[in-house]
Amino acid sequence: MKFLPLLWAQLFRRKTRTVLTLLSVLVAFLLFGLLQAVQIAFESGADAADAKRLLTTARYSIIEPLPMAYRRRIEQVPGVVAVAHADWFGAKYQNESNAFPVFAVDPARYLDMYPEFTIAPAQREAFVKTRTGAVAGRRLADRYGWRVGQKLPIASEIHTRTDGSLNWEFDLVGTFDAEDPAVRGNTDVVLINVAYFDEARQFGRGTTGWYIVRIADAEQARGISADIDRLFTNSPDETKSQPEKEFAIGFAKQIGDIGALVTRILMAVFFTILILTGNTMAQSIRERVPELAILKTLGFSDVAVTLLVLGEALLLLVLGGAAGMAAAVSLMPMLNGATGGRFPPLFVAAETWLLAAAVALGLALLIGLPPALRVRRLRIVDALAGHR
Amino acid sequence: MAWLNQVVQITLVNLQNVPRRLGTSLVVVIGIAGVVGVLVSVLAMAEGFRHTLASTGRPSRVMMLRAGSDAELSSGVARDQAVVLASLPAFARDATGRPLVSAEIVVMVDLPRKGQSDPNNVPFRGVQPAAFDIRDEVTLLEGRRFAPGVREVIVGRKAAAQFAGLAVGSRIAFRDSDWTVVGTFASGGDVHESEIWADAEVAISAFRRTGFQSVTATLADPSESGLTALKEAIARDRRLSITTLREPQYYARQASVLSGLIDVLGYSVAVFMAIGATFGALNCMYSAIASRQVEIATLRAIGFGGTPVVVSVLIEALALALLGGAVGGALAYVYCDGASLSTLNFNTFSQVAFDFRVTPGLLAQGLVWALVIGLAGGLLPAIRAARLPVTEALRTG
Repeated sequence: MKFLPLLWAQLFRRKTRTVLTLLSVLVAFLLFGLLQAVQIAFESGADAADAKRLLTTARYSIIEPLPMAYRRRIEQVPGVVAVAHADWFGAKYQNESNAFPVFAVDPARYLDMYPEFTIAPAQREAFVKTRTGAVAGRRLADRYGWRVGQKLPIASEIHTRTDGSLNWEFDLVGTFDAEDPAVRGNTDVVLINVAYFDEARQFGRGTTGWYIVRIADAEQARGISADIDRLFTNSPDETKSQPEKEFAIGFAKQIGDIGALVTRILMAVFFTILILTGNTMAQSIRERVPELAILKTLGFSDVAVTLLVLGEALLLLVLGGAAGMAAAVSLMPMLNGATGGRFPPLFVAAETWLLAAAVALGLALLIGLPPALRVRRLRIVDALAGHR
Repeated sequence: MAWLNQVVQITLVNLQNVPRRLGTSLVVVIGIAGVVGVLVSVLAMAEGFRHTLASTGRPSRVMMLRAGSDAELSSGVARDQAVVLASLPAFARDATGRPLVSAEIVVMVDLPRKGQSDPNNVPFRGVQPAAFDIRDEVTLLEGRRFAPGVREVIVGRKAAAQFAGLAVGSRIAFRDSDWTVVGTFASGGDVHESEIWADAEVAISAFRRTGFQSVTATLADPSESGLTALKEAIARDRRLSITTLREPQYYARQASVLSGLIDVLGYSVAVFMAIGATFGALNCMYSAIASRQVEIATLRAIGFGGTPVVVSVLIEALALALLGGAVGGALAYVYCDGASLSTLNFNTFSQVAFDFRVTPGLLAQGLVWALVIGLAGGLLPAIRAARLPVTEALRTG
């Protein structure tokens, strides 16, 4: 630690150069923080998944409906604790298709299934009791400026009412939220009461989109999934059950190789930074050979001087990297405000910080080692004489 | 003229000296190549997606959906409605008098990507015989068309490339039915190349549907008045509750979310990358010029003017930047052009595949970025070098 002032003085020996280098490192890590956040947001469904939840969908396509009567049969499968269901409403709001998802659910069953959603007890009660009730995710309500107590006019692209109209209206009786940012993306929905929805729709009465199944023991997830599917084999509506996490991962994979793409972009970014910063560092050390020779003359060991040079590289990367990550964090609220609800919330996760630290360390070694080793081999006499 | 002569002379000397300063020059070239490479590849992705969209559909064709629906998946057109629509006079007819109208169903089938096992929502389209005359851009690459009334499919070029088990001759199982792949088709790079096609009637019975989801048809009169006449005819008929859109309009709307996302992602990466690299390039230029302080001071001591020095240093910077830009563009072209990518279209909830397209326009854009970085990186150090008093420069160097 006592060498920190020396490292600092070395680093800022040429201010312009160091500031420019720091800025390029900063931008690289800013990009790193942002792209990692995007990648994690795409995959956050898997992190938010509960190992004790299974999803049961129609076997051949997730959009085919299942009979609502399946609920009782699934409940009887050994190991199943609770069953909820949801149906896709196909919302169109203010003439925008799929502005947000709307699920028709049994309020109590659904909210019990997702204890990570927080809702005021009175509002939950109101949702359970109001047939035309609806609750919305906090972020959605904020984005559209909805107030609890107002009417919510939402059209459906799929479900006509008994009078043939596609226009529906619900009473917003509450909002819900989640503490964990990885879960908050799942709250960007409107829940409506299936009791009213199922009675008022013209077609498809008595069917639902998918089932959510809570099991007692996460270890048995596969066995119970198979048991559920076996119940409906060879029926007109066969099912496919899987742990929630697998479903989320499968869905993220549908988005494709975003992860691979992001990694490739970042590799190119860091390679470029490596070359540019490495060159600057080498140049800076080359200029200071006589100074380093003097340090050696004063009694600094070879190892100490080597470490000084390495320390300088590390300080550079840590400063730039930390500033870049901090910039990424401070940009998040703005980005989330701009995409509000259309996109899962972006956040810089703990593992992104760890990864950033590892990358900074690795780059510092790659950049610092060649000049450090050169300095180590330096002979004082030659160096002072100017034979570089 | 003397001024220009000076510029030429210094520039020539500078450029001849580049190999001696190979390390520094190489760093500038590699740095800029990195930026331009990433930039061009990311934009090539956006360009490829746009191209796939832009080439889907013709203005002379219309897409008819249930009123209120914006997408085929959420639409429904009953059989009797499809029959009424086909009888309308607004549509073109072929030589035998058959209307160029195809009522279609679209379902999602699960297929794994090649080398993976997770299912993806691949669109499966059941079409009527007129579909091939309506979409005359569809050409068979391999095999033959599916026979009517039989469980046979033809597979779009991009779907065949992305997903497993779609080679001609292979059998695939969807929903307790076995289908044989009998052909592969291309359709000018549009979104239909991500689809699987079969006979509409066979698909309806296999997937237990009762009706269609959309009707695509060729207008007899593709002008605006022709479309208006069709819309009026539909509005007059009380059996029909149908929205009519020209095809390009429909497909552009289908991809609005995804194309926005790709554009934002692509351009923000490009902008940040360029800013970061400009700092780096600036640095390398600074140090390159700092190490040549004596050389530059000597030039000025023997009578070369300040401006020619600045201009020549700038020319060198731009030449290196241009070289870097060319290398980056070439790398992007070699690695990315034609590479295909498939992703989930949020609007349609189905897979859409597209190719990276490194166009001449993008390459030019990459070179412009390279020149801007070179200019920004070279100008300040050059001015500094020219401003420094000659005596001081010679002494401290």
